[in-house]
Amino acid sequence: MDLSGISPILLLASLMVASTPILLAALGELVVERAGILNLGVEGMMITGAITGFATAVATGSPVLGFLGAAAGGAALSVLFAVLVLWLKSNQVATGLALTLFGLGLASLVGQSYNGIRAPEMADITIPVLSELPVLGPILFQHDWVVYLGLALVAAVWWFLRTQAGLTLRAVGENHEAAHALGYKVLRLRFFAILFGGACAGLGGAYLSLVRVPQWTEGVTAGAGWIALAIVVFASWRPLRLLLGAWLFGGISVLQLNLQAANVPVPVEVLSMAPYVITILVLVLISSGRGRAALAAPGSLGQPFHASR
Amino acid sequence: MKLNRRTLLASGATAATLATLGLPVRAQEGPLKVGFIYVGPIGDGGWTYQHDQGRLAVEEHFGDAVETIYQESVPEGADAERAITQMVLSGAKLIFTTSFGYMDPTVNVATQFPDVRFEHATGYKTAPNLAVYDARFYEGRAVIGTIAGRMTKTNKIGYIGSFPIPEVIQGINSSFIHARKVNPDVEMVVIWAYTWFDPAKEADAAKAMIEQGVDVILQHTDSTAPQAAAQEAGNVFTFGQASDMEAFKPTPRISSIIDNWGPYYIQRIQAVLDGTWESQSFWGGIAEGEVLIGEITEAVPAEVKAEAEALRDQIASKAYHPFTGPLNKQDGSVWLAEGQVATDEELRGLNFYVEGIAGEIPS
Repeated sequence: MDLSGISPILLLASLMVASTPILLAALGELVVERAGILNLGVEGMMITGAITGFATAVATGSPVLGFLGAAAGGAALSVLFAVLVLWLKSNQVATGLALTLFGLGLASLVGQSYNGIRAPEMADITIPVLSELPVLGPILFQHDWVVYLGLALVAAVWWFLRTQAGLTLRAVGENHEAAHALGYKVLRLRFFAILFGGACAGLGGAYLSLVRVPQWTEGVTAGAGWIALAIVVFASWRPLRLLLGAWLFGGISVLQLNLQAANVPVPVEVLSMAPYVITILVLVLISSGRGRAALAAPGSLGQPFHASR
Repeated sequence: MKLNRRTLLASGATAATLATLGLPVRAQEGPLKVGFIYVGPIGDGGWTYQHDQGRLAVEEHFGDAVETIYQESVPEGADAERAITQMVLSGAKLIFTTSFGYMDPTVNVATQFPDVRFEHATGYKTAPNLAVYDARFYEGRAVIGTIAGRMTKTNKIGYIGSFPIPEVIQGINSSFIHARKVNPDVEMVVIWAYTWFDPAKEADAAKAMIEQGVDVILQHTDSTAPQAAAQEAGNVFTFGQASDMEAFKPTPRISSIIDNWGPYYIQRIQAVLDGTWESQSFWGGIAEGEVLIGEITEAVPAEVKAEAEALRDQIASKAYHPFTGPLNKQDGSVWLAEGQVATDEELRGLNFYVEGIAGEIPS
C-alpha cells in the first residue's frame, strides 16, 4: 500500500474532467424536473449528442461546432419526447425509457461509418494569472473550455431559478394547475425546459466522444445518463448541490482507479457502489419528516397536465 | 397496443417460417454459410476488428464457395444463446463464437444442433461438434514486456487488465517476468477495469496510471482509448493490443501484439468443405503465425529492437518458452524449478502472480 503515489492535485484535476459529462447532463435534467417533467431519456440524448457532436466535429474539423451539433442533436431528440409527453400526454416514465432505447439504437446506426476515426483535438485553455495559483491553479484553471462552460452553466441555472422567469418555471413544476390558473403557459415553458435538458445532455455526451475518450465507439456513454438522473435526486433539485454530487460521482470513479494503481486493498465493488448508497441515504433523508419541505421534489413532477380541468 | 402485438407476432412467425423453409434449400446447394459472433463492434480497433479481419480473409480466400455472416456487440450471457441459435436457423453450418463469455451459450446451442459445427475462442469446453481455439498471447507479452522494461524511465509499467481470468494473468506474469529480466528495478502497476470495452473507463485507467508515474502502459482491453490518453500525456509508451493500432505510430504506440485469426479460420473452413472437420483444442502462438508482433517503431533504440526480435524468434522456433524456471509464485514458494517449463494445463488455470508483482488478484 502506497498512498504517496497519488497526487491529490492531479486527482482533483482529473475529477473536474471526469465529472463534466454527468454534470452537464444532470444540470439539464434538473431544469426539466424543476418544470415538473421527468425525462428518463438522458442516456439516449447523451449518446445521440455524442455521435452528432462527433460527426459534426469530424466534418467541420472544429470541436466547437461539434459541441453545437451535439447540443442540437440532443435537443432534437428531446423534441420527440416533448411532443409525446406534453401534447399527446403519454406516460413520462415509459416515454423516457423508450427514448433511451431509441437513442442508443439511433446513435449506433448513425455511428457505423465513424468507427475508428479520431476526433479533432481540443486544446486546454489555461486562464492567465489564475492558473499560476499554487494548488487551485492546476485543479481549477487548466482545463478545456467545456469544463468552464459546465461550471458557468451551474451558476447560470442557480441565478436563473431566482429570476422571475425561473420562479415561473418553478411554479409550473410545483403546481401546474395553479400556474395555469394564473395564466402561465405551462406547456410552452415545459417545452423549452425539455429542449434545454436535451441540449445539455447532448453536450455531456459529446464531452465523452470528443474530449475524454476521444473517439466514437458504440455505447460510449456506458450508463452516464443514469448516473446523471441519480445526481439530480442526490442534489434534491438544487444546482449547487448538483455540482457537489457530480464531483462525488465523478471523483469516486477516478479515485477507484487511482487506488488500484496505488495498490490500496479497497474492494473495487465497494467504491463503485458508494455514490448510489449515498443517494439512497439522501432519499431516506428527504422522505423523513424533518426538512422535508426544503428537500422535496417538485410537486407536479411526473404528472401529465390537462389544461381543460 | 393489442393490434400492434398481434402484427408483431405474425411478422415474427412469418420470418421464422421463412427461415425454416429456407434452411434445406441452402443446405443442399450454394455456398457454405459460416457465422461469426462478435463481442464488440467491428470498429473497436482491437479484438473484434481482428476477428473480422480473419472473416474478410476467409471471404477473399474462398470467394463464392463460402458465405459469411456476423453479428456485432452480442452481450456475453443469455442473449448470446439467442443470437447463436438465430444464426443456426439462418443456415450457418459453422459458427465461430469469439469471446470467452460465449462458452456456455455455445455449449447449449451445440447440444441442440448436432449437425452444425461450432468453434469457441479462448474457452475450454469441447463437444463432438464443438472445438475450441485460442492464441498464446503470453508469447507476445514476453516480447513487449522486454521492450517495456528497457523503455521505462520511471521503472513503473502499467497493465490495464480486463477481468481476472487465466488469459489475462498469463499476460501480466509474462510481461512482468521479461521486463524484470532486462530491468531488475521494474515494478508492475495493475488496474482491473472489469470490462473488455469501455473507452471512457480505459482512458481514465490510463490517466490514473500516468498520474502515478507509470510511463509504459500495456493494455488487455480492446479500445484505443488508452493510446489516446498516452498520446495526450506525452512521454508515455503503449503497445497495440489485439490489433496493430497503427494510427498511434510512432509514439505512443511503439509495437503491438496482433491477433492473426485468418489462417486458422481458412484452415478450419477448408476442413468442413473437405469433410475432415473434427473437434479439437487448438492453441497457436507466434510459431503458428497466430500471434504477430507489430512493427517496432524508431522510438525504440536499435539494440532493444534487436533484443526483442531475437526473443520473438527464439519463441517462434520453440527454443524458448516464456514460462521457464526458475520462477517463484508471489508468496515466494517455488513454481517452476530451474529449466522446468509450465504445462499448458497449468497455464490454462493460472490464478496467481509470480514473485515480484505487488497486489492481489481480485476473486
